[in-house]
Amino acid sequence: MATLSVCQQPIGGFSFEYCKRNAVLEFECNKLGHSIPAARKTGTTICGVVFKDGIVLGADTRATEGMIVADKNCSKIHYISPNIYCCGAGTAADTEMTTQIISSNLELHSLSTGRLPRVATANRMLKQMLFRYQGHIGAALVLGGVDCNGPHLYSIYPHGSTDKLPYVTMGSGSLAAMAVFEDRYEQNMEEEDAKRLVRDAIAAGIFNDLGSGSNIDLCVITKGKVDYLRPHDMANKKGVRTGDYKYKRGTTGVLAKAVTKLDLEVVEETVQTMDTS
Amino acid sequence: KSITTIIAVEFNGGVVLGSDSRVSAGETVVNRVMNKLSLLHDKIYCALSGSAADAQTIAEMVNYQLDVHSIEIGEDPQVRSAATLVKNISYKYKEELSAHLIVAGWDRRGGGQVFVTLNGLLSRQPFAVGGSGSSYVYGFVDAEYQKGMSKEDCQQFVVNTISLAMSRDGSSGGVAYLVTIDEKGAEEKCILGNELPTFYDQ
Repeated sequence: MATLSVCQQPIGGFSFEYCKRNAVLEFECNKLGHSIPAARKTGTTICGVVFKDGIVLGADTRATEGMIVADKNCSKIHYISPNIYCCGAGTAADTEMTTQIISSNLELHSLSTGRLPRVATANRMLKQMLFRYQGHIGAALVLGGVDCNGPHLYSIYPHGSTDKLPYVTMGSGSLAAMAVFEDRYEQNMEEEDAKRLVRDAIAAGIFNDLGSGSNIDLCVITKGKVDYLRPHDMANKKGVRTGDYKYKRGTTGVLAKAVTKLDLEVVEETVQTMDTS
Repeated sequence: KSITTIIAVEFNGGVVLGSDSRVSAGETVVNRVMNKLSLLHDKIYCALSGSAADAQTIAEMVNYQLDVHSIEIGEDPQVRSAATLVKNISYKYKEELSAHLIVAGWDRRGGGQVFVTLNGLLSRQPFAVGGSGSSYVYGFVDAEYQKGMSKEDCQQFVVNTISLAMSRDGSSGGVAYLVTIDEKGAEEKCILGNELPTFYDQ
C-alpha cells in the first residue's frame, strides 16, 4: 500500500527534528549580539488557467528578504514531471524543497506504474505532506499539468487543503491577478488568448503589489509539449542613464601653473640578488 | 481557511444534503464555487465545515477506509459505519482538528439517515445544520421542519435554509449545492446565485 518514496515517511505525528538545533543556534547568535537570518519569502503573484488544449502557468520573478529584494530574477515555476509543473509562493526554501521531494517521489511512482504520472497523484502527495506538517511548511502552490484525463489545475494551501478550479491565483498579489481573471476568463480559450490573460494577470500583481515585481515567466503545458518561457515579458527593464557626471578636460579654465622640484638625496643603496637558477 | 453553512435532512425514503460554496481565508474568498458535499461512498455523502484542510483530509481518509470496509463485507456499507469512522477520527484528534462533518446517506437497513459527529459525538438526528451560517437558521429549521416530508418538499426546505443562511452570514455565499440520496442512488445539483429563493429584504 505504501508508495515507493525517497524519504522515510515519519511514523505519524510531526517531525520537528531541527527545532532543538535551531533554538541552540539562535541562543548562541543572540549571545554574540546578532540575530538569525530571516526566512526569504517570495511575496509573489502566481496563477494558472485551463485553456482549450492545456494549462498556462504564470509567475513573477521577485524574491524578497524582509523589505529588500533578494533576487530580481528567481524562478518560481518548478518542474514536477515532464507533464506537470508547479508554481510556488510563500517561503522560498519550502516551495523549492517540497516540489523537489514530490518530483522525485513521483518519478519513482511513475517508474513503478509504468505510466505518465497524473496531476491528481501529485496533488495527493503534496496535500498529504503539507497536512502532516500542519501548516509549518509555508508553501502555497499552483499545480498544473496535462495527463491522460486532460488538463488539470489545483491550488494547494500550506495547511493541506486543495481546490480544483479552472483558474487560480496565489501569493500576495493574488487579489490583483484574480481581478483580471474574473473579468476576462472564458471557457475553452485559445493558447494565445490564455497566454495574454495570464501575462496581464501577473502584470497586475507586479504593478499593484509591493511583494511582486521584475519579469513575467510563463509555462504552457499541452499534451506532449511544454513551453517554458523564461522570461516571457521583461516588464521591468533597468533604465539607461541619460546623463553623465564626468567633466571634459578643459571645462575648468587654468589661470596659473607652478612646478616645484623636490630635492632628494640617496641615503642607502643595497643590492639583493634573486635566485634565478 | 474555513468553510460554512451545511445542512442535512431526512425525508421519507432518503436524505437531502445542502451546502453553500464559499471558502474564505481571513477576509479573502479563495474559492467561490467549492462543493462541500463530498462523497464517502455511492449512497453516503458527508458535508464539510470548519477548517478546509482538516475536513478534506478526514473525508478522504474515511472514503479510503469505507472502500476497504465495503470490499471486506461484500456489500454497501451502512451509514452508521461511515459515521462511526468519521467519529473515531474526530474524537481521537479532538484537540488538533477543527472540522465538523455531517454524514448522511441511504442504506437498506435503516433507509435515509443523518448523523452528527461534532467533537467526536455520534448522534442520529432527523435533520442537522452546521457551520458558521447555521447559527442564523436554527430558528427557521426548528419551526419549518416536518416529519415525513416528500422529496421535493425536502429539497425546497434545504434550499430555503441555505439561501437564508447565505444572505445573513458573511462567511457563506456563492452557489448552493444539493445532493439527494435515495434507494436509486445519489443525484447532485447546483443552484446558481440568481436562481436561489429570495425573502423579505431582497
